[in-house]
Amino acid sequence: MRPRLATIAWLWVLPAFVLLGVFLVYPVVNTVYLSFFSGRGAPVFVGLDNYRYLFTHPETLVVFRNNLLWLVLFTGASVGLGLILAVLSNQVRYEAVAKAIIFVPMAVSFTAAAVIWRFMYIYRPGQFEQTGVLNAAMVALGFDPVPWITNTAVNNYALIAAGIWMWTGFALVVISAGLKGIPAEVLEAARVDGANEVQIFWRVILPMLRSVMLVVAVTLTINSLKVFDLVYVMTFGNYQTDVLANRMFKEMFTFGNFGRASAVAVVLLLAIIPLMALNIRRFRREQ
Amino acid sequence: MRHVSRGPLHVAIIVICLLWMLPSVGLFVSSLRPRDVIATTGWWTSFTTPFEFTLTNYEQVVSAQGMGQSFINSLIISVPVTVFVVIVAAFAAYAFSWMDLPGGDTIFLIVVGLIVVPIQLTLIPVLQMFASSGLTGTFPAVWLAHTAYGLPFAVFLLRNFFIALPKDLLESAFLEGASHRRVFFRIVMPLSVPSLAALGIFQFLWVWNDLLVALVYLGGSRSVAPMTVTVSNLVSSFGSEWHLLTAAAFVSMLLPLAIFFALQRYFVEGILAGAVKG
Repeated sequence: MRPRLATIAWLWVLPAFVLLGVFLVYPVVNTVYLSFFSGRGAPVFVGLDNYRYLFTHPETLVVFRNNLLWLVLFTGASVGLGLILAVLSNQVRYEAVAKAIIFVPMAVSFTAAAVIWRFMYIYRPGQFEQTGVLNAAMVALGFDPVPWITNTAVNNYALIAAGIWMWTGFALVVISAGLKGIPAEVLEAARVDGANEVQIFWRVILPMLRSVMLVVAVTLTINSLKVFDLVYVMTFGNYQTDVLANRMFKEMFTFGNFGRASAVAVVLLLAIIPLMALNIRRFRREQ
Repeated sequence: MRHVSRGPLHVAIIVICLLWMLPSVGLFVSSLRPRDVIATTGWWTSFTTPFEFTLTNYEQVVSAQGMGQSFINSLIISVPVTVFVVIVAAFAAYAFSWMDLPGGDTIFLIVVGLIVVPIQLTLIPVLQMFASSGLTGTFPAVWLAHTAYGLPFAVFLLRNFFIALPKDLLESAFLEGASHRRVFFRIVMPLSVPSLAALGIFQFLWVWNDLLVALVYLGGSRSVAPMTVTVSNLVSSFGSEWHLLTAAAFVSMLLPLAIFFALQRYFVEGILAGAVKG
């Protein structure tokens, strides 16, 4: 059988292990440690002070609210739209083209997408001609133009919409692949039994897509927690749009407070750990 | 939904597709419009008024605003990282799939877990390491960091491909006395070209499109900044100079779009195989 030389096997994984150890595992442990120390000057042990600050200060509480909005709306809308588009496009001959169009934004950077959407959201005071698509449409429909980026009642939704535009393609492609995996005989059998198409969707297709949709939802949830570039470029977290990843960056570079920055990062990790566990469990089941 | 009238179905799909294209089309059309026109009228009006298009915006961002240099910097960052990740991950993935690695399964589960660890958790300690070794602001810093960040997903993806290779083929090669090195280079690598390509494309785009890692370890100086950083800097310094921003953003999208349209199959394959990556 295979040559049994464990030492040689370790050599094959050594480069990967060294890189992962130095740039991922050790820094994560160190960041957890740093989160218990004061951020500026000589580090002093402060226990849970950094965390207490995060969970009590109004400015950082907004951050949690925003990530929650992202989590629910970004994930929900991307999965929902992806499912609807997968089912619809499955029935037309130009499916590949339609999917590619929805999917293209996945290929470009969040930075470019942020520019694209800032451009969509351009606001000029009422007396001027609107140059942004959204406000031109608002005016055409007889409404007042809205400062989408700075108006705190709508700006988080505006940012989330840009995220949905980027990631629906991912949900569509993965769900669509799952849809193709449903055997035609199953659907045929349901039809023979007299089920109508709506019943087939709810009773046959949806239950069979459950695990695929879970995979998509987990991935998008992780993305919603980690969202950074879009917020950084569109608002830098101003006007109450800040999120964990951008807050961490701000604590680190704008305020130079490494203790608090570390605590923000640890909170992000804690939020992601349950999803990590889900992924590991699914992987073990698949083996 | 075979029996439902198909008219509304087509309308719905086509309308959604048009809406989805609208933002990118608007960006592209605007990038070709002269500065004074772009500032005062919507891009959709450029089809009705006398045609006024120009390449000046592109000339300006590529030379004066440094997007040309940034394009090269993005290549200098992305190409080596892609090569490193594929090679290092292929060795590790081979060991995980076809060698006797004591505790290998448990270690592999840790790798699967690492896929979703936010890189925010590593920024401060890694930045301190780079600072004390003088690597901050240099390409090797981002090569190293990006390679490490890409590895968990890459090892995961390749291990799943390698383990699905025909067992008989490899077993018989071992029986004939072939070494691991020989099996790896002569059998596993040639058979895995499509998966290596999928990983390569994915990894390349990931690094090409990254903002955070470059921002933290490289900073914004023009000689090293990749395009994402330069575009982001343009947004903060010229937030409403849309003739510059649209052209710059489009320049940064050129290569990803070309890759997407040319190699869509591999791209989708990578997405499907690695749906766990966040």
